[in-house]
Amino acid sequence: MTVESGQPGLWRRFTAGARNQVSGSAGDVIFRLVALAFTLIILALAGSLVFTVWDGARPSIGEFGFFGFMSTEEWNPVFGEFGARHIILGTLVSSLIAVILAVPVALGIALFITELAPPSLRGPVAFIIDILAAIPSIVYGLWGMMVLVPFIAGNLNDPLIDYLGWTPFFGRPAFGLSLLAAGIILAIMIVPIISAVAREIIYSVPAAQKEGMLALGATRWEVMWKVVLPYARVGIVGAIILGLARAIGETMAVTMVIGNAGYFVANLLAPSATMASLIANEFREAGTSLHVSALIHVGLVLMIVSLIVNIAARLLVWSVATGPSGDRR
Amino acid sequence: MTQHDTSTATKEREVSGTSATEHPAVQASSPGQSHVAHVESTAPGSLRVDDLEAYYGSFRAVSPVSMAIEGRKVTAIIGPSGCGKSTFIRCLNRMHETARGAHIRGHIYLDGEDINGPKVDPVVIRRKIGMVFQKPNPFPTMSIYDNVAAGLKINGIKSKERSMDEIVEQALRQAALWDEVKDKLKQAGTALSGGQQQRLCIARALAVEPEVLLMDEPCSALDPIATLAIEDLIRQLAPQVTIVIVTHNMQQASRVSDRTAFFMMNAQRSGELVEYDTTAKVFTNPADKRTDDYVTGRFG
Repeated sequence: MTVESGQPGLWRRFTAGARNQVSGSAGDVIFRLVALAFTLIILALAGSLVFTVWDGARPSIGEFGFFGFMSTEEWNPVFGEFGARHIILGTLVSSLIAVILAVPVALGIALFITELAPPSLRGPVAFIIDILAAIPSIVYGLWGMMVLVPFIAGNLNDPLIDYLGWTPFFGRPAFGLSLLAAGIILAIMIVPIISAVAREIIYSVPAAQKEGMLALGATRWEVMWKVVLPYARVGIVGAIILGLARAIGETMAVTMVIGNAGYFVANLLAPSATMASLIANEFREAGTSLHVSALIHVGLVLMIVSLIVNIAARLLVWSVATGPSGDRR
Repeated sequence: MTQHDTSTATKEREVSGTSATEHPAVQASSPGQSHVAHVESTAPGSLRVDDLEAYYGSFRAVSPVSMAIEGRKVTAIIGPSGCGKSTFIRCLNRMHETARGAHIRGHIYLDGEDINGPKVDPVVIRRKIGMVFQKPNPFPTMSIYDNVAAGLKINGIKSKERSMDEIVEQALRQAALWDEVKDKLKQAGTALSGGQQQRLCIARALAVEPEVLLMDEPCSALDPIATLAIEDLIRQLAPQVTIVIVTHNMQQASRVSDRTAFFMMNAQRSGELVEYDTTAKVFTNPADKRTDDYVTGRFG
């Protein structure tokens, strides 16, 4: 953004390559400028987005404090009291359920495709799994409302309460619309992304590593557990965090199945709300400017959490892709 | 994959329809391969290869090879690039079949037992016939100790009297690495030099007490000093374990081996065994002109 005024050296270097050419240099310069302009537009948009969210959240930050807002639970638009603790917990718990349910399935799929499936099955299976990621989230939401929620209400609630009712996590009220429903829907939605990234990471494990273990008399199972997964572990953690990031930010499907309660209880069968679902639910009806600001404040928190999680995941995946992860201990 | 390949290999054997008892003597399968000296070995860890062919899909990478590999001796496999040396040696512990579409015909016997028999688990064979690869491949997520113990941990310790620590120490001593690493057993195996890493891989293979140790160009990624250390090691190990070493370094073959097999690519781009005899004979007075040309450096 400050290329021309602030850093002439950088600017010179940027156009130097094109200028030094004898012919066709005008076209190169124009192309470079156009490409640069588009890049700067995106950066400017991102910057303005961050500014808008921060600016919109300022009244709420001034009223409740950035961290005070996150640690109080009262959310009462009528009395102008806003605290985000319950939706932060709702977001974290529903995402955590999703990751716990999705990781074994996704890793199983990734290992099946890379190590076990006959070559003729690999492509089709991978394609179908990848396609799951392309289904719009509202379609997942519809399926969740029409199939998953009734199934939980009719078939899962009672046995869960009967057998696991002694834990604080399964009890009444239990309607179907619940943290558990949100977690399951999110799990289905993040399986494709985790398995796709994990698959690429597992493909990158050198054959020499696997053969080294095979030659010691290891079974295919032992090769996977003792060589493939340890070698790929950092990247797989990255893949899981990418899935977690998607789960944290997911809005539509969650809003449709979580029940949008104004409280958080440890009971997974009870309705709850997430940061994203709360914004989606209330933004249109927000009456006061403080209410709007509080919702934008929620958006700011959500954005920061998502950014941190995403950056962590990219760094982990990137460190695997660029070098043998295992060399570092 | 393994299951699939195994069943394919089984079918191939049924098609070829021969068994050990029908071919008591090792026969040269074509007139062009008449320079294969017969060895009858009774030492443990001896291998007999009967009309072995190796395929990648429909491509025959190794034409019928028959040879007897003496137990507790060093056998070198030499030949120009692409002559099927590595493919051949990978058949000997059933690593060949782990490649996509790869399968074999013919038979390989370890101390009289058909290693490709229908009831034989390749995993069991690989415990008896260890392998060291071209590039050192220690497991990067494991310490030096855990690298050596890796095979023991999956297979269980054979002898009840000795502890894991003792076996690891013995394997590292056998691989002439103990003195260099005894104070840093908990460090990562990948922190060692290339030559040390390769000796670590040898120790890893020895720890499970194999009958045979296959080495696929074990020195090709190493400097001359590290190479000499590995060669010394091979000589020392020979009385305890049968060694089959693939090398395209003829000096190495002449230095370390008791017997040498010379492979060459034939007109169908398939590897075949040209000559197999004592190392002294192959290098000083070969029976086949092609062997003579190769060992005197006229080609290859």
